[in-house]
Amino acid sequence: MKPAAFAYHRPETRAEALALLAEHGEEAKIIAGGQSLVPAMNFRLARPPILIDINAVPGLDGVREEAGQLVIGARTRHATFEKPVTAGPLGTLLARVAANIAHTPIRSRGSWGGSVSHADPASEWCCVTRGLEAELVAESATGRRSIPAADFFQTIFTTALRPDELLAEIRLPLFGPDWHCGFAEYARRAGDFALAMAVVACRVEGGVIREARVGLGGIASTPVTSPEAVAALLGQAPSPALFAAAGAAGAAATDPDGDIHASGEYRQDLVKAMIRRALVQAFA
Amino acid sequence: MGGIGRSVTRLEDPPLLRGQGRFAADIRFPGELHMRVVRSPIAHGRILEIDTADALDSPGVVAVWTGADVAEIPPIDFRQMRIPGLGDYRQPILAQGMVRYVGEPVAIVIADSPYAAEDAAELVFADIEELDPVMTAVQSPGEFAPGLTTEAGVVRKSYGDLPAAFAAAAHVFELELGVGRHTGVPMETRGAIGYWNADLNRLEMHGASKVPHANRLAIAKMLSLPPEQFHLFEGHVGGGFGIRGEVYPEDVLACLAALRLKRPVKWIEDRKEHLLAANHSRDQLHRLRAAVDANGVVLGIEDEFFVDQGGYVRTHASTVTDLTAGMLPGPYRVPAFAATGHIRLTNKTPAGTYRAPGRYEGTFVRERLMDHVADRLGLDRVEIRRRNLIPAEQIPFRRGLDALGTEVVYDSADFAGLLAKLEAGVDLPALEATLAARRAAGEKVGLGLAYFVEKSGLGPFDDVIITIAATGAVEIVTGAASVGQGVETVMAQVAASVLGVAHTDCTVVHGQTDRIARGMGAFASRVTVMTGAAVTMAAEKLKERLLAKAAQLLQGDRASITLDGCGIPLGELAAACAADDGTPALTAEASFTTDHMTYPYGVHLAVVRVDAETFGMVVERFVVAFDVGRSVNPMLVEGQIHGGAAQGIGGALFEEFIYSEDGQPLSASFADYLMPTLNEVPMVESLVLEDAPSPINPLGVKGAGEGGITAAGAAIASAIENAIQYRINIAQLPVTPARLRSMLQQASGS
Repeated sequence: MKPAAFAYHRPETRAEALALLAEHGEEAKIIAGGQSLVPAMNFRLARPPILIDINAVPGLDGVREEAGQLVIGARTRHATFEKPVTAGPLGTLLARVAANIAHTPIRSRGSWGGSVSHADPASEWCCVTRGLEAELVAESATGRRSIPAADFFQTIFTTALRPDELLAEIRLPLFGPDWHCGFAEYARRAGDFALAMAVVACRVEGGVIREARVGLGGIASTPVTSPEAVAALLGQAPSPALFAAAGAAGAAATDPDGDIHASGEYRQDLVKAMIRRALVQAFA
Repeated sequence: MGGIGRSVTRLEDPPLLRGQGRFAADIRFPGELHMRVVRSPIAHGRILEIDTADALDSPGVVAVWTGADVAEIPPIDFRQMRIPGLGDYRQPILAQGMVRYVGEPVAIVIADSPYAAEDAAELVFADIEELDPVMTAVQSPGEFAPGLTTEAGVVRKSYGDLPAAFAAAAHVFELELGVGRHTGVPMETRGAIGYWNADLNRLEMHGASKVPHANRLAIAKMLSLPPEQFHLFEGHVGGGFGIRGEVYPEDVLACLAALRLKRPVKWIEDRKEHLLAANHSRDQLHRLRAAVDANGVVLGIEDEFFVDQGGYVRTHASTVTDLTAGMLPGPYRVPAFAATGHIRLTNKTPAGTYRAPGRYEGTFVRERLMDHVADRLGLDRVEIRRRNLIPAEQIPFRRGLDALGTEVVYDSADFAGLLAKLEAGVDLPALEATLAARRAAGEKVGLGLAYFVEKSGLGPFDDVIITIAATGAVEIVTGAASVGQGVETVMAQVAASVLGVAHTDCTVVHGQTDRIARGMGAFASRVTVMTGAAVTMAAEKLKERLLAKAAQLLQGDRASITLDGCGIPLGELAAACAADDGTPALTAEASFTTDHMTYPYGVHLAVVRVDAETFGMVVERFVVAFDVGRSVNPMLVEGQIHGGAAQGIGGALFEEFIYSEDGQPLSASFADYLMPTLNEVPMVESLVLEDAPSPINPLGVKGAGEGGITAAGAAIASAIENAIQYRINIAQLPVTPARLRSMLQQASGS
């Protein structure tokens, strides 16, 4: 379990990092926390000829609020979110999600941007990014662009990032106090890759759900949204029966793959349960 | 001070806690080379050609060897339980023409760094013609090699009149029960450092563990070295569990390379290799028939079982099969019994022993039967067991079977007494009532329990040399080994008890073949019993000498003198004795021999909650009642129980080596081979009893190494059935959420 040989760069400015990306393109892989990349390299499943370590690049950490969005620096570590980073329902939600991500050492080192760039469909941040309709901001030596989450995740371990691009920020909607958010996942052991997960956010007005977002993870080649669950929720008053119905509607529309831990059918059961539980948590 | 019965902290711990441990990978010799093993990616095939040219050209590479380069080295022989006919199924150190499992060594690369070795290993290309793999031990035997079937051997054990038992039965139950493929996964992977010691003109292997003396003879013979020219050295060992420390191909290859190249050659296993290459275990399927009378008393058991041995028969030969059959009846009378165990070769990683080998499986089978009988006859699960237990007045009880080549005689036991103490200890009626109330409120939560009988203290001998220096320091040299279980502390406590010194004044030397001629090592929960007895005997000899010397010097009465009351420091007395002997220090040797094992026993109780939506299972409580005869260090006994229980929970709910139909391992990393973590293991409660000291060794001790794991699978299966109120019959471990879901769906569909 020794990685294949690679060249290593540790740029100290963002411009230097982007220049290296422009120069090396597909040959290069960015390393931030390395919590997915390093094991893959040790198994020799990943063999990037060049590593660009962005840990010395200033300005990639931390969160800020800007124009109704929570702006998350791509290198912000998972552990940052263990306590709410913002006062509204989003901060509470992210703290609940963070508790499900692997274990303390991994949370201390792994980064949000690394997680979504890696695009493991069982990643909690990928599920949140897609489910809550985040925007992803990519930079390259030639400019900066914003990519909607719907376009960002292309297939397993594959994103819309170009080889010369660095993911700089993730922008999540800052939900107001009329929003209710929840997250649930099921894993064989605490900290394992989940067999299924769901994130929900609902805006209630006049006792009725007026807006809803539902994201699912661990069941397809990318994180997905569940328009069926959303449709079941809209215009309805929150209730245990509604939550179960939304779970059933969301699950019915999925066709998960099976593996050694769970068949597709079993994952469908789990989707139903996780949507329901996320809703129960959101309205608790 | 620190004598028998005290929970003193471990003498082993200061270097470990300070990061000063010396595990295999910590051992470095100047100029060392690194070995990387090229492993078969194919489960079953014929090697057509191995191309090593590119690897040999790779930077830093010193040698690349294939089977042809080591053809003169014989296959790895058996350490114990050799039954006729198994020899043809032994594993060569590098594949000779055939590969029989994914992970089988087909070549080695030796290079000047581990990176260079791993880079070059990728360039070795083995052209292998794929053959159909055999992936189950249950199907009819096929061909292993011309003239050899895949059934390597059959173990048969029986007693009593089985036809009469079935003729008299009011009920006959038939069950098919399986335990999945899992194994001990020590925190430290394996490692071997071969070192040619030019000064002493001898070969050395560092990183040894478990059975250094046996491995010395085995490897020396394979390498055609006189044993005097080969020594093994044990450093710190990060867990053994039966699997670590046997002779494996890699150990022999590292030693052979050091011998040929006259340079140090280091091999450190990585985790992926470990899960493919180190012994697997369990993986048995039992087909059982039981004759039961109207009261639920089992009159007879007939069991045919199939052991999935994997690609080769390794050092344990028929050990697991033998122990499965010999220990299956457990604590119950069962007047008639017959077991037939088939050892069948498949195309998986070879299997061997893992903590409570054969008993984890056999206990699952037997205790599932007890639950089944209770369920069908409408009896309480504790009551059914009580009715079948061997009464205390029949102890010692000759089982009518043998195991590990010794007659099974339960030397001391009060089976019903322990069960009663457990019932009282957990307040079983109150616990049952609480769980029933929770179930009534909609929770799926239940309790299960399972009885086990363990074995420990395998002979035939253990030697000990104790020396007392003029400073009063006591050195105990033993051929036992330490796999992390606390050998140094326990042996020091035993010696301290006899000699009246502090246990901290005693040092224990183990696992060094140049310090003592013979040694049995550490396995089968043997060390506290066997080495402890030998330490007691040697210390008693010394005590006699010292007292006689004190009496002489004080011109007093031998009978009224004590070592700590005589006023003469121990070291001075010892020096005076040594002067008489004309030796540098006072030394005594002792050998404890036995041809019987001693049998600890106990009950596991589990409370498990099932999630009705996810089918996830949570072990809420795990209680182990365990009679160990006499506890030398209660804290260490509890530690053994906790660790064993955690592994037992792993085998019951999580750990399983799964293969695809074409023999590809699908659980070759910790992402897929799920070890339980602290989140999945409750604080294990233990009730350690000393009601039945062993009459067959001087200390009355029984080995405590395995009773924490033995009945875990059985108890958890029982608890899950109870949680969902017997709508299903759990017949297979591990009980995964996916399996539980499909069982429940089948049950509600039918």
